[in-house]
Amino acid sequence: MTPFVAEVLIPVGKVVAVILYPMVMVVVMIWLERRVVALMQGRLGPNRVGFQGLLQPVADAVKLFFKENIMQRQADTFLFNVSPVLVMFSSLLAFCFVPLGEPIMLGSYNLTLWIAESPVGLLIILGLSSISVFGVIFGGWASNSKYPLMGALRSVVQVLSYEIPIGLTVLTVVFVARSMDLVEIVRRQEASGVWYGFLMPVSFVVFWISGIAETNRAPFDLPEAESELVAGYHTEYSGMKFAFFYMAEYAHMVLVSSLVVILFFGGWLPPFPSVKALSFLHAAPGFVWYLVKIMFFLYLYVWIRATFPRYRFDSLIRLVWKWFVPLSLLNFLAVALGRFLL
Amino acid sequence: MPELAADRPDFRQALEALTGRFPGAVLSSGVEKGESAVRLRKDDLEAVLRFLKDELGFNVLEDIIVLDNVRTAAEGGKRFSVLYQLYRHPGASRIRLVVDVGDNEGLASAVPVYRSADWAEREAFDMFGVRFEGHPGLRRIYLPDDFEGYPLRKDFPLEGRDGGV
Amino acid sequence: MAFKEIDLNMGPQHPSTHGVLRLKLAVDNEVVLRVEPVVGYLHRGMEKLWENLTYTQVVPLTDRLDYIASLSNNLGYVLAVEKLAGIEVPRRARYIRVVLAELQRLASHLAWLGFMANDIGAMSVLLYGFEARETILDVFEEYCGARLTIHGIRIGGVPHDLDGALVARIRKVLDGIPARLADIRALLDENRIWKGRTVGVGTITASAAIEYGLTGPPLRASGVRWDLRKDLPYSSYDEFDFEVPLGRNGDVYDRYLIRLEEICQSIRIVRQALDGLPEGETSVKVPRVLKVAPSEVFHTIEAPKGVLGFYIKSNGTDKPERVKMKSPSFINLQSLEHMCKGNLFSDVVGILGSLDIVLGEIDK
Repeated sequence: MTPFVAEVLIPVGKVVAVILYPMVMVVVMIWLERRVVALMQGRLGPNRVGFQGLLQPVADAVKLFFKENIMQRQADTFLFNVSPVLVMFSSLLAFCFVPLGEPIMLGSYNLTLWIAESPVGLLIILGLSSISVFGVIFGGWASNSKYPLMGALRSVVQVLSYEIPIGLTVLTVVFVARSMDLVEIVRRQEASGVWYGFLMPVSFVVFWISGIAETNRAPFDLPEAESELVAGYHTEYSGMKFAFFYMAEYAHMVLVSSLVVILFFGGWLPPFPSVKALSFLHAAPGFVWYLVKIMFFLYLYVWIRATFPRYRFDSLIRLVWKWFVPLSLLNFLAVALGRFLL
Repeated sequence: MPELAADRPDFRQALEALTGRFPGAVLSSGVEKGESAVRLRKDDLEAVLRFLKDELGFNVLEDIIVLDNVRTAAEGGKRFSVLYQLYRHPGASRIRLVVDVGDNEGLASAVPVYRSADWAEREAFDMFGVRFEGHPGLRRIYLPDDFEGYPLRKDFPLEGRDGGV
Repeated sequence: MAFKEIDLNMGPQHPSTHGVLRLKLAVDNEVVLRVEPVVGYLHRGMEKLWENLTYTQVVPLTDRLDYIASLSNNLGYVLAVEKLAGIEVPRRARYIRVVLAELQRLASHLAWLGFMANDIGAMSVLLYGFEARETILDVFEEYCGARLTIHGIRIGGVPHDLDGALVARIRKVLDGIPARLADIRALLDENRIWKGRTVGVGTITASAAIEYGLTGPPLRASGVRWDLRKDLPYSSYDEFDFEVPLGRNGDVYDRYLIRLEEICQSIRIVRQALDGLPEGETSVKVPRVLKVAPSEVFHTIEAPKGVLGFYIKSNGTDKPERVKMKSPSFINLQSLEHMCKGNLFSDVVGILGSLDIVLGEIDK
């Protein structure tokens, strides 16, 4: 392996993969959401464009690409243009720190399945995904219209409030794994033989629900609810800028699902490692297991959207402050106590 | 208008109470097709409505209907007849009050007595031009505010007028 | 950033205003201070048109008033004309009218359920409700060829008979609806999110409701027992056994439960009507050009949205002198401000949905 390949081509390839991976997942999600929600509602959903409608996202992207770029005269041009970029940027950048599996040996070269590994990788990811709040508030403000502004404000309050239970539950995992490095966390789960989702179910449930609220998805999607604020903070956006917001939301969903899988469900580990009869499960590479688990959580996102009504904003905020924050604090204390005693 | 055809004990009671309290207010009365109607003097409208609501228990104003008597008006009668359909619940009985109003005359608003008269009077104003004095905000309800003319009047053409809006 | 009072505008183009309705809202930090509905976007001048058509020609136009439940408009107008002209309708026709009217009530409430759930976010219920409604609309299509603006009740009776095949089909439809309803109830009835958005929201007391002239399910949800099918029965409703569901708190949740219960009662009525369908003619011979002696009537029925009334004044010719329609949604909408005061802005959509208004009926 020449130095050129090892030091230039492979990193560039990894960066391209990191950009493509969420984009491909976004495409899959668009199709999945529309088909699955439709089938749950007793209708078919898009099934004409391509086999089973698989090319529908492509058609959507092309359509959005050609739409007219409408901008109000009084809109703040710079902020208006920068906010979709910010939202997309924060989601994509966080993927640099998400590991996809154990390193693979290519001859003598150790190919790591991540772009960067950091001892505080978890913290960096949480921080980066919070940058999207800026994009939302800029978008709402720059639209110079009441509805987007109200939607943006609600969204910001929601995201900031739900960061707290996320932080606290993530801390419980860090406590047990004794590391903030995502790769370490998965290796610890492998070593201890039990996935943290089963060890600390409260943490998992609170993290998952808070994650749904973070991504502004149903039943916490009031800031962008069609029936109330028309479309919330991205009402005034059209064409490719709107597509950016749309894709950024899905990318963020994939990020949250990845975090759930890595922190609580063993990342790329196959299930039942100690059961001899199921040892054929180890034949599939870690990456495949990782994808399977992420797809399960993405399906869960869609399933929840098709089923539940929407939380009203004050109930949403009451839920986090009255229930999730105290619950996650108690949970954290319990885990700390458990760690101390055991 | 109606002739005294059928016999309705509750109507006769109401009528007696009414004529007892407001002598001269009732110009004529009758029952036709099972429905009771009373023609009132215009100035007594508000007092009679209050009496019917508070003391005789007609607690619901179902509708306000305006009739354009353009033909009889030409012979000297009043242009509009305003009908008030009152209903008593529980008890399921109805009474219709009829008040005649001239073209440019105002009529006391029923809103202080019955809240549900609000939009019904706005509709009557919008369609016929009948003014209700004491209405909290009498303005058009269906047509744009700058519309000229009153469409349900018999002299307003069916196809509308050019420049009506 | 402190907002004191913002003026917001919902509509006339808005996904949740059930038609072209404009709501001018004044909110103070999400709490609603004032709501002023602006109507008239769908005004078609129906009453003026009716004065220039014969009594029979008016009937299909009444379909377009409450277009979600057009048979009830037909029934209201036709009963008023028959009272005016002194036409007596045969018993079989009255029973068939009850079947049609109650099926229409079912269809109307199912549509309402779908719309309201969709506004609050439960998208799937919209599709489930409409799936059930489709089965009923297919029955109407088989009966007289139309699904939405049905014109299935005419002066003098009904246009077609219910033969054995159609009766069997209706029974099959009635058997299928409770299962769908159970699905929807399982999703919503005890759902915390649903209850959080509907319990205690948009309350109106019984006395305030009567004061505002509210009728129909919103009035019954406040505990007032007022159902014209029982109080002033028409078209043989007094021969059927059914209950009038009443609410207690007068909030959105009660209105939701009341309409669900009314669906069950309607199914009961249709079954009784089909079981006891008498022999006889389906309509009386009415002259092609119906001339009515000068008189006036005001007749009301219990439509799915509330008390629907028609005032008709005849002048001896074949065209009515004046027809005025008392529309339940028109009066119910006036109480929107009272119900919304003090609630949050997000609740306005739910409260408006629970009133079940149709702009065609409001605007004529």
